[in-house]
Amino acid sequence: MNESEAGRPTAVTSRAPEPRRLQAAPWADAGFEWLTRIFAFFVFSLLLAILVSLMIGSSLTLEKYGFSFIWSSEWDPVQEKFGALVPIFGTLVTSLIAMLIGVPVSFGIALFLTELSPAWLKRPLGTAIELLAAIPSIIYGMWGLFVFVPLFQTYIQPLLIKTLGNIPFAGVLFEGPPIGIGMLTAGIVLSIMVIPFITAVMRDVFEIVPAMLKESAYGLGATTWEVVWRVVLPYTKVGVIGGVMLGLGRALGETMAVTFVIGNAHRLATSLMAPGNSIASALANEFTEAVGDLYFSALIELGLILFLITTIVLALAKLLLLRLSRGEGTKT
Amino acid sequence: METAAVQPAARPAIHTTMRTELPADAAPLASLKPKLSIKGLNFYYGGFHALKNVTMDIPEGKVTAFIGPSGCGKSTLLRTFNRMYSLYPEQRAEGEIMVDGENLLTTKQDVSLIRAKIGMVFQKPTPFPMSIYDNIAFGVRLFESLSKREMDDRVEWALGRAALWNEVKGKLSQSGQSLSGGQQQRLCIARGIAIKPEVLLLDEPCSALDPISTAKVEELIHELKNDYTVVIVTHNMQQAARVSDFTAYMYLGELIEYDVTDTIFIKPKKPQTEDYITGRFG
Amino acid sequence: MSAVIPDQSVINSGNRIYRSRKRVNFFLLAVSSLALAYGLFWLIWILAVLLYEGGTALAQASLYYQMTPPPGADGGIANAIAGSLLMVAVGTFIGTPVGILAGTYLAEFGRGSWLAGATRFLNDVLLSAPSIVIGLFVYSIYVARVGHFSAWAGALALALLVIPVVVRTTDDMLKLVPNTLREAAMALGCPVWKMVTMITYRAARTGILTGMLLAVARISGETAPLLFTALNNQFWSNNLNAPMANLPVVIFQFAMSPYENWHRLAWGGAALITIAVLVLNILARALFRKTD
Repeated sequence: MNESEAGRPTAVTSRAPEPRRLQAAPWADAGFEWLTRIFAFFVFSLLLAILVSLMIGSSLTLEKYGFSFIWSSEWDPVQEKFGALVPIFGTLVTSLIAMLIGVPVSFGIALFLTELSPAWLKRPLGTAIELLAAIPSIIYGMWGLFVFVPLFQTYIQPLLIKTLGNIPFAGVLFEGPPIGIGMLTAGIVLSIMVIPFITAVMRDVFEIVPAMLKESAYGLGATTWEVVWRVVLPYTKVGVIGGVMLGLGRALGETMAVTFVIGNAHRLATSLMAPGNSIASALANEFTEAVGDLYFSALIELGLILFLITTIVLALAKLLLLRLSRGEGTKT
Repeated sequence: METAAVQPAARPAIHTTMRTELPADAAPLASLKPKLSIKGLNFYYGGFHALKNVTMDIPEGKVTAFIGPSGCGKSTLLRTFNRMYSLYPEQRAEGEIMVDGENLLTTKQDVSLIRAKIGMVFQKPTPFPMSIYDNIAFGVRLFESLSKREMDDRVEWALGRAALWNEVKGKLSQSGQSLSGGQQQRLCIARGIAIKPEVLLLDEPCSALDPISTAKVEELIHELKNDYTVVIVTHNMQQAARVSDFTAYMYLGELIEYDVTDTIFIKPKKPQTEDYITGRFG
Repeated sequence: MSAVIPDQSVINSGNRIYRSRKRVNFFLLAVSSLALAYGLFWLIWILAVLLYEGGTALAQASLYYQMTPPPGADGGIANAIAGSLLMVAVGTFIGTPVGILAGTYLAEFGRGSWLAGATRFLNDVLLSAPSIVIGLFVYSIYVARVGHFSAWAGALALALLVIPVVVRTTDDMLKLVPNTLREAAMALGCPVWKMVTMITYRAARTGILTGMLLAVARISGETAPLLFTALNNQFWSNNLNAPMANLPVVIFQFAMSPYENWHRLAWGGAALITIAVLVLNILARALFRKTD
């Protein structure tokens, strides 16, 4: 360190500043890196910790029922008989409905936002979609129960039962009395919930596409749709699939939007109009009231199953993306 | 260079008025058939007046270069030729660009047809996220329905003309993005000529390439001249001198001088041109 | 038709392929506009209902200073508001630094490291983990151990929800910072830790802040993780070690009940959360646009 001039008065601005030699402690860099590494490890082990803790918590029913827990539809807390089939079924069905409706709609909106929207509309629209994504799910639940369900029950459901209920084979999905609540309702409310989320991700990802790439496609005479479908989408497919999987994950685990409107019935039904249960809604409704170790264990095992389903779905998606990006020779 | 060196008649140096029309005795340029005829073109980015009253004729079947310092408007000018600016609402053009008797700027004709007829290659290579084969086939499929064999032939033809066939013929199904930078750019050129546009616009096509790839692309431009009208924007004067038949020098949105390449570089008529050529600024 | 050598005459407005492409384009773009209308329809409807139902409740001052009442009696949700604020704050304060540091490891130091790849993978899984499972987890490791519900447990559950979001966005945003920026800093002799904290963080601060705000907005409305951690409390409580009232659980209980006054309070609470979350979002966006 040069401080040879210390003590001697010098003109303030007469010379270029002395370069300060590095005096930082050499351990600062290593220490910082270790700090970040520790926290990364913490995050890394979190998932495993959750898994282990859930397994321990459900050990009673795991022992008692083994795999038959998954396909038993009995749920009788009084007699201490439990089976997960109804909640699992409800979770899968409602999420499927939500995705079937939500993904195409989200794609359409994202397309509009990035390619069709006039400039003055882009910002307010984008903000509107993001705001919709921010609305807490309990709002959807309340709105679903108090507003949507009565209308659905009075007008739409009878219509669906009359038209779709008569299709051979598939019609069985739409049979039954119109009670408003049920798995279809839950699926629809859920789809409204996932749309803004998936749209926002898709939109963000579409906007990263370099303008030059799109211009190359337009430059050949391609139409807007072709540019989006053949160039933008393939370029962003990693992000798009990621966004869709995230939406699915949210749908699978969504509690409040579903709990209000699914009907909370531990009965297996073939019709979408029937009330049912999802794992999350069963937990939300029953956990704080549960009495008895076996009941608790059964509920925690439900949580374990949900956790495993979500984890598998996501892991598969990530693996798929890795394989895609490697095969195409593109970097993720 | 194969352009016949034409000696313009001796003229006194012009120091005062800046003219934007062709000087009367630029016989070689004026006698050629213009492919694109620009008259009084003004261009605006929002409120910014980027091109000021540009008037020039781009001759058919020749290579024309636009040179000038950064920000002079040469890329802007190029991008008016295929209406690329129409993608952006805050950009607008006024004036005339006549192609085959129609004014590009106001024609009712669908923009995508214009763009198919006037192709463009960009500063950075932009291979589509698909295989090499599909990159070429993409443009072809927009207008033609070819059998697999015919498409194979077309892809081979395009890649051959772009001097890329030998290097990629064994890996057509690989992603276009797996090629080197120079190869990617030649791929983009092949893609651009695969449906035989009438005009080929090259916007600084070599600026992201190494010297060897640049040389290959320049060779390519030579050959393409036979079938296409080529307009190339370049910030590299030597490149303009090497590849072009005609050169336009632009500065701050105005066309300063436009003449046979040799004239511009050996005996420019305007002092601004001379200043730029000799490196006094820019 | 000439195949090998292209024919310029193909490019004309009569070309059948071209015409069908234009039709397809028009149709699909129209569908896309319909999708937009569909999305907006729900947004407007839900917000309108929320404001309408919650409006009357919000207008009553007692909402803000009275405690949650028994069914039929008058009251407010003051304790719930306070509890929520507290737990969200604590949860964010705990979760954000963890997330940023972990994300920093992934983006800056993790290249080629097995830990980085695995953590990124598992973090993404955790990101979409159902929040109710997180609640179960905190219940098992903390609530069951100490034997009672508490605000700490609630805050912990919220922190666990914040972490993956922040890790992901920090990782993504730091990766977007071009390497040339890092190299420029290093070329000046800057130590790595300074380069990361002063240069790279700054360059990515907008994105990281967005991630943080997204996380906060997310946990503000989360009910499930609080259901079996913080539970609920009819009264005002300052005790973080005991069950604490919070808006989401109060709303849940009141809305599912058959009592009219409880419904009204639930709508009020719902409107309050929504407004808070929306304002947070809008503020954040406005801020970023200014600093950009």
